[in-house]
Amino acid sequence: MKHMLFFMCLFFLSGIELLAQPDPGNLLIRNGTVLTITDGIRANTDILVENGKIKRIGKNLRAPQGYQTIDATGMHVMPGIIDAHSHIAIDAVNEATNPVTAEVFVGDALDPFDISIYRALAGGVTISHAMHGSANAIGGQCETIKHHWGVWDPQGLVMEGAPRTIKFALGENPMRVHGEGYNKMPRTRMGVEQVIREAFEEGKRYQAEWDAYDRKRMTNAKTVAPAFDLRKQTMADILNGEIIIHCHSYRADEILMLLDVLEDYGVDKICFQHVNEGFKIAPELAAYGAHASVFSDWWAYKFEVYYSTAYNATILTRNGVVTSINSDSGELIRHLYHEAAKTQKYGGLTDDEALALITINPAIQLGIQDRVGSIEVGKDADIAIFNDHPLSIYAIPQKTIVDGIVRFDIDSDPADMRMDVDPEEELPAFMLTDRHDHESCMKDVEMIYGLNELLFNHKH
Amino acid sequence: MKKTFLFLLTLLFMQSVTLSQQVAKPEYGSFALTNVTIETVTNGTVQGTLLIRNGKIAGIGENVSIPQGTKVIDCTGFTVYPGMIDGGTTLGLSEVGSISLTQDYNEVGDFTPHVQALTAVNPNSVHIPVTRVNGVTTVLTMPKSGLFPGTASLIHLHGYTPQQMEAGFSGVVLNFPNSGRRGRWDRRTDEEVKKDYEEDMKKLSDIWGRSKQYAEMKDKETGLMEYNPEMDAMIPLVKGNGHLLIEVNKREDILSAIKWVREHGAKAIFMGVSEGWRVADSLAAADIPVITGPVLSVPGRASDRYDVAYRNAGVMQKAGVQVAIRTNESENVRNLPFNAGFAAAYGMGKKEALRAVTIVPAQIFGVDDQIGSLEVGKTANVIVSDGDPFETKTQFQHLFINGWKVPLESRHTLLYDEFLERSPGLRE
Repeated sequence: MKHMLFFMCLFFLSGIELLAQPDPGNLLIRNGTVLTITDGIRANTDILVENGKIKRIGKNLRAPQGYQTIDATGMHVMPGIIDAHSHIAIDAVNEATNPVTAEVFVGDALDPFDISIYRALAGGVTISHAMHGSANAIGGQCETIKHHWGVWDPQGLVMEGAPRTIKFALGENPMRVHGEGYNKMPRTRMGVEQVIREAFEEGKRYQAEWDAYDRKRMTNAKTVAPAFDLRKQTMADILNGEIIIHCHSYRADEILMLLDVLEDYGVDKICFQHVNEGFKIAPELAAYGAHASVFSDWWAYKFEVYYSTAYNATILTRNGVVTSINSDSGELIRHLYHEAAKTQKYGGLTDDEALALITINPAIQLGIQDRVGSIEVGKDADIAIFNDHPLSIYAIPQKTIVDGIVRFDIDSDPADMRMDVDPEEELPAFMLTDRHDHESCMKDVEMIYGLNELLFNHKH
Repeated sequence: MKKTFLFLLTLLFMQSVTLSQQVAKPEYGSFALTNVTIETVTNGTVQGTLLIRNGKIAGIGENVSIPQGTKVIDCTGFTVYPGMIDGGTTLGLSEVGSISLTQDYNEVGDFTPHVQALTAVNPNSVHIPVTRVNGVTTVLTMPKSGLFPGTASLIHLHGYTPQQMEAGFSGVVLNFPNSGRRGRWDRRTDEEVKKDYEEDMKKLSDIWGRSKQYAEMKDKETGLMEYNPEMDAMIPLVKGNGHLLIEVNKREDILSAIKWVREHGAKAIFMGVSEGWRVADSLAAADIPVITGPVLSVPGRASDRYDVAYRNAGVMQKAGVQVAIRTNESENVRNLPFNAGFAAAYGMGKKEALRAVTIVPAQIFGVDDQIGSLEVGKTANVIVSDGDPFETKTQFQHLFINGWKVPLESRHTLLYDEFLERSPGLRE
């Protein structure tokens, strides 16, 4: 009976969705203080949005008929915040069965019902980088998603046209999972290097086999094609510059190691993730053109982050490294604007520099800077509206707009924003909140190794 | 002659270099903070001078006479606040999260009320300077695992022995039985959860009953009784003298805990209380103080409004509950001012949020005659900032703990100094 009721509800709800007119994404934001990021601050300025794109920025703009108008008087208007490292909206994180799993896609595990998407929107975040975990030296391919809360189709989250990205991981996590867990390489940082080199070498040889096949095929139609191998193909795609590497890393030595490997294979699209010791080798990162996506202040949750400093983002920025602040957490993602502000406490970054850490810089790191990350005519209308300067502790996000559609509204959203309700739920899933989720990167690993105790019963 | 002069000059220069490279040590003495805005917390805001002598606040206001030998620190444009107090942490008991041998807050067993956090506090924990440079001068540090994990202690964040840090409060922790799941990794069936909860409630009831009997026996017994430190630790609790710090979060459990406290006459402080907003009136009626947090956390249930954790402290405070704020952290206790700032923004207001990290925790711990506000005669736990202490970019300018002027230095600032402009720079 309960099932019946559930399906009836489902039918009814889906009916509503079908009947509703698709929102074209037309609106006018009036009279806000606009933090453009790339072109300074504009007081008392309007933004006209048409079909989900920013059409005009100026004073006293008029909205065509049928356009929603948002009064932003006294408000601060900034580009939607971008999180270059998260694991929300996916129901699998780690394919922790092999040190190299370049062939798997996080995009195959998208979960549009994850309430974390809405909570992120309530923190002004419009785009996140749904990443594979850090169990493997070379993990799976990631997905850059738009926070289209309300869509039922997982593909509705995908940011069409965003470049491909892949997760690499150095240090303790792959060493623990494979070395300690499976008793196979890598158990050390030496092993991590060789695992990565071998994978690149295989990709290179695979590419050479296909190149040879393509040449021979011209003269001999009977030439047999090499066996297709998605893992090797993915490595070849990295070598061909088609995929941006996002590498989980902490210690300076392991970061220098990967730079050496990438130099040997001619790979230049690299963004280091976490990179807690990036500050020690900021000149090397800058010289290579490597990017860095860091925590504002997380440290000491494991040994490889014991020698950290909350001044990391400032040191990297001052040394010319393109730097972003990320969350890696369903909690932190809700206040990245506050995390960015910490760089003003720890090193005195300017407002523009601090805001770039959560807007245009992560956009650059994900290769989507031509479409998002600033308020400019022609860009996607991903916009966050705050009641105060977003770098103030007292700022409260008011509305968050994705592709011209208001997806979070502090005034009109109901308290319960779930899209899926389990009608058979008896014991409500109540989560203790005394432990925030450092290292979401290691989700899904606990089932395989019984590492429950180690990973989750401890504080972090 | 010239050469000798040059040599001496070089020597002098080298010496000053050596001096500047010495470790900055805390200073003790008399200090006058002049031309400063004084946020007393308990007696409004005044302008003038704050005098520190013999580890105490010796004068506040416009007409403070400055004794000879006092170091005068001009604080024009700055504001002085009482040092902030975090009502619940594992600071000093934890060094590296993933390395269990550096975790001293989780003793084996369900019933270990006698183990003392103060024993295991590492005065040289790298986390401590990292915390105090953000204006937190005093914390409660707590054991955590099991039903009765041990005895928590209030400590000041300066000193080289636990005794130098001890701040005048201790209490036994009780993790009140949890009727729900503990998190996403908790894969017990509904039946198992229910059964475990009932067993835990029974265990609690047994322990309390036996402790009462033991206390009565001990009162009557004049001879030597068997060595039983666990039971000895329970005596003040069952007599209603000792503080019981009850960690409880879920709505149903808070209500059970209120009932339990009433029935057993325990002198309780509730910790965590993340669903306090659901039962704020019951908490107020029960007159049990609450130390809540972290404010920066996700709602306990997917159905809750996204900001319930931000609002929780304010909702309870407005309902009449005595509310202090905690981080429940170790390495990032330094974020206490930001937790208070979020609570302030989401309904609590700046004034009450400031009280929730100063005078209110001091009152709850019964040390408000010593800390928690700027008053003559109180311990000189004092912070000086260039702005609102909760605002993210605010910089602390001076820090005093127990009258010691403590350098604003930590591993994080030292690494910044070393690496902002690394030398040598780029590898050749």
